Amino acid sequence: MAKVAPRVAHSCLLLLAVSVLSFALLSAAPGNFFDELRLNPSISPETVAALKAQYGVDQPWPARYFHWLSSIVHGEFGYSLSYHCSVGSLLWPRARNTLLLTSLAMLFAWMLAIPWGIVEAVKPNSWLNHFTSWLTSILLGIPELVLGLLLLFFAARTSWVPTGGMFSSNPASASASWKLADLARHLILPVAALVLGSAPIFVRYVRSAVAEVWGAPFIEHTRGLGIPTVRLLYRHALPVAANSLISVFGFSLGALLSTSLVIEVVLSWPGLGPLALEALLSRDIYVVMAVVLLSSVFLVLGNLVADLLLYWSDPRIRTV
Amino acid sequence: MTMNANWRTFTLLALLGMHLILFFPGFFAPYDFAQQHRDFPFARPTRIHFVDATGKLHLRPFVHPLVPSDEASDSYAEDLRQTCSLRLFVSGAPYQVLGLWTMKLHLVGVDPPAQLFLFGTDSFGRDELSRMLYGGRISLIAGMLAAVAALGVGTLLGLLSGFYGGGLDAGVMRVAELFLALPWLYLLFAVRAILPLNIKTTDAFLLLVAVVGLVGWARPARLVRGIVLSAKEKNFVLAAKAMGATDTHLLRRHILPETYGVLLTTAALLVPQFILAEVTLSFLGLGVGEPIPSWGNLLAELQQYSVLTSYWWMYLPAVALVLLFLLYHSASSALQQKTTEVRT
Repeated sequence: MAKVAPRVAHSCLLLLAVSVLSFALLSAAPGNFFDELRLNPSISPETVAALKAQYGVDQPWPARYFHWLSSIVHGEFGYSLSYHCSVGSLLWPRARNTLLLTSLAMLFAWMLAIPWGIVEAVKPNSWLNHFTSWLTSILLGIPELVLGLLLLFFAARTSWVPTGGMFSSNPASASASWKLADLARHLILPVAALVLGSAPIFVRYVRSAVAEVWGAPFIEHTRGLGIPTVRLLYRHALPVAANSLISVFGFSLGALLSTSLVIEVVLSWPGLGPLALEALLSRDIYVVMAVVLLSSVFLVLGNLVADLLLYWSDPRIRTV
Repeated sequence: MTMNANWRTFTLLALLGMHLILFFPGFFAPYDFAQQHRDFPFARPTRIHFVDATGKLHLRPFVHPLVPSDEASDSYAEDLRQTCSLRLFVSGAPYQVLGLWTMKLHLVGVDPPAQLFLFGTDSFGRDELSRMLYGGRISLIAGMLAAVAALGVGTLLGLLSGFYGGGLDAGVMRVAELFLALPWLYLLFAVRAILPLNIKTTDAFLLLVAVVGLVGWARPARLVRGIVLSAKEKNFVLAAKAMGATDTHLLRRHILPETYGVLLTTAALLVPQFILAEVTLSFLGLGVGEPIPSWGNLLAELQQYSVLTSYWWMYLPAVALVLLFLLYHSASSALQQKTTEVRT
């Protein structure tokens, strides 16, 4: 426990610093929502000034920062100027969708990568291995943007899976199980794009982690004792290899969130990505800031979870 | 992946060749990137023939001129009565080489009245191959300049913080941690939000490079710092120090050379990553805009459903992007292999 508390405190401080950074960046932005209102001849300058006073835009930035921070504590994240509602109410459904997409993608990518990487590590010179290592190299070279476009093309041509969105525009009377199946069908394309994009990287890490352990003297020794290969793998090698893979899980979250942003836009998944893009284009700065901050919360939390997992799984870290 | 020496040489040569082509798009592109053939929007890639309508074999490949057909706006028929030969090293639309002098020589061309659209045309009837080559130059140079910026800033900060340690080190590393606590694309969004939305395309290009470079300094800084920490304890550095070498001399002559291997490998990783950053931003409409082509805004046309489903040749810029990425990836693993071989 003595190790956990400072680690959590560190994450909190980091998030606070990120909030200052993102606020400072966006306060420095030239032109804001009100400048565009001012260009509109049907809105009088007095109205604009009154609106500015109402939202506290005319105050110095430290005052605005603390105002913003207190609204985050209330779960509002400031006020969206183009949607006319609190940012929180926009953010939560979108964040839920992004989390659903990325956590499913993460799960499937690891489920694919672990057996694949193990096979590559344990049987390094089989023909299968040569084939799969070429396949991972090629997949690594295809950016997710292109993967998304290719999958979109495939979906549009075959119409086997929906090309975008999250639900079909069907009657509200549809049963819950039908809705769930509909959601699953809409998830196929974005999840596939994210899995194909991230699994090859994981395969490489799994392979090198397992290969390193597999050649270690203690494995040779245990094999000499007559332990069968499968048990050797699961009971002796994988727990040791898991160590570095947990760290990979932590830092791969950031990359996954970034690629998810692109995939969400390409495949029109109603997550944080399209929200951030629209907000950026309409200069709705509180929304941009909230999305940036939230993405950082996900990343920092992911790293924290990875560290705690490491602490749990590795006695060496626990006792030092 | 392990590679033999031949394969390594091949990769590096192919990468070099691709850079040459993309640095001199004017010579390899048959047309200017902005030249519109208004009669031929969305023309398919031009067919190249050897045998004409009468069954006669031509040794020099030729094409038939296109005539718009009546059925649909994007379907064309070949005028079989005319054959127009392909020729090498023809004179065509003038272009600038490295912004210094003007040339008219193109690698391939076709006799009039035919047109040569090797990769088809876009909605304005602009030659997709030419746009892809010019767009590649923009994307590649953006990626390379951004990598130079990120590596420059990262190396400087990494050297100083590793060498001097103390408060400077703590400060720099905390800020680096801050930059790594944001997913890079979201960070790019935040930094992009500082800049005005509607800017001239040339300014947009430079700003893009600055933004991408600014966002990417943290990882190289950490790498370089790690090397400096171990290098400054090495005997030859200590010896030089004992002989009274100044800090700048130590950093420049003894410690910096230790980082070259890692810098080169990192560069080979960063350039494709930053090309992708440019492509992503331009794809989303936040980077380089029309009429200047970049791989990002060429792919952005695929966001229209009709383009996506009907005109497969609009995907060809993506093929070039993937090819460049694959070459960079194998070059970086070749470099990595080389540096570990040298070290051991």
